[in-house]
This record gives sequence, structure tokens and C-alpha cells, in this order.
Amino acid sequence: MNSNVGIVIVSHSPDVARGAADMVRQMVGDDVPLAWCGGAPGGGLGTNVEEILAAINRAWSEAGVAVLVDLGGAETNSEMAIEMLPDRQQNRVVVCNAPIVEGAVMAATEASAGSSLEDVRRTAEELKPA
Amino acid sequence: MLHEVGLHARPSVRLTQLAKSFASRIEFGPSNEGPWTDVKSIVKVMKTKTPKDALLYFRAEGADAQAAVSALIALIERDFETEA
Repeated sequence: MNSNVGIVIVSHSPDVARGAADMVRQMVGDDVPLAWCGGAPGGGLGTNVEEILAAINRAWSEAGVAVLVDLGGAETNSEMAIEMLPDRQQNRVVVCNAPIVEGAVMAATEASAGSSLEDVRRTAEELKPA
Repeated sequence: MLHEVGLHARPSVRLTQLAKSFASRIEFGPSNEGPWTDVKSIVKVMKTKTPKDALLYFRAEGADAQAAVSALIALIERDFETEA
């Protein structure tokens, strides 16, 4: 089982989420659990709590999961999804305050070295426009 | 720095990942007087925007310092290809 922190990417657009996940896989590799979700059931833009929950579970690691989001609902729905997790998982999932694409690559790079959830979040959030 | 585009995203990730596999503190800089950048910080490494043909100085401190610097230089010399 992979003991590195997992990464979840939540965008309103499935294309953005999938593309960000592709960048993580190609730049960082396969050493981090990774899942993405996004888009409304009808094919439009959107995020929903059930899909985010499922993505967190797909990327689950005992070391925790860092979630990267884009705008508004992606963040609030992610927070709601985290609240719906069982207690034992809840305190091991964090939403990072970072740009979704760059944050995902930074977070995954940190996670691939076996860093803690707190370090993974700090690295994603350290990234600020110059 | 031989890589075609300099120390861009993918090379930076490789360098940081390799650095993190060593216990020593490892830094690089554009001269032997710095300014020094922590090679284990992916954000700081990318911020250097090191271009192609730049000369990099490495320094490390710790039990595996020698091995760490040798491994990082080898990675750059083989153009960031991961070992087979």
C-alpha cells in the first residue's frame, strides 16, 4: 500500500481536473495516490459532494489526503465532503489554499518524498505569485 | 545546466525528489558565494528560474553530503533522465 499523502483535484471542469492530474502523473510520477473529479452530471460545469467523497476515498492514504480546488463551490463542497467522512478520516484531509494546477504539482512533489500532510499543505501554500 | 530549457518544472521536480532522498542539507546557488537555495524545496527551486547553460554550485552538509552532491550532479549530467 502507498504510504504517501494522497492528492485530490476538484475543479468545476472535468477537463481542468483531468489535465491537472495528467500534469501530476507526468511530472511527479506514480508514487502518490491521485484522484480527480469535476463537472455536473449533465455534462456542464459543477462539483458535487458525492463525487468529491469518492475521489478522496480513491486517493486515500493513512498519511492523509490534500485537496486542491478551483473556485467557490469546489471549496465549499470539498469542505462538506470532508465533514461527511468518518471521524478517523476527517482530521487527515485538508483543503489547500493554493492554485489548483501549480498547487497539485507542488503538493505531489512534496508528497512523493514521503512528507507529512502538514508539510504537503505548507509546500502547496508556499507557492505565491512572484 | 545542460538541459534544453533550463531548470523548468519537470527537471526541478526530479532534482527536488532526488535531494529529498538524502538526509543532508543540500543547497545550490549561481556562485560559490550564493545566494543559496534549499534544493529540497520545490517551490524555492522553481523560483530560481535557472536558465539553460547556467553554472550551478552545490553545497551539502550531513553524513551523506558527498553522495548527495554526486547524485544530484549525475542527474543534471544525464539531462534529468531517471535511472533505468
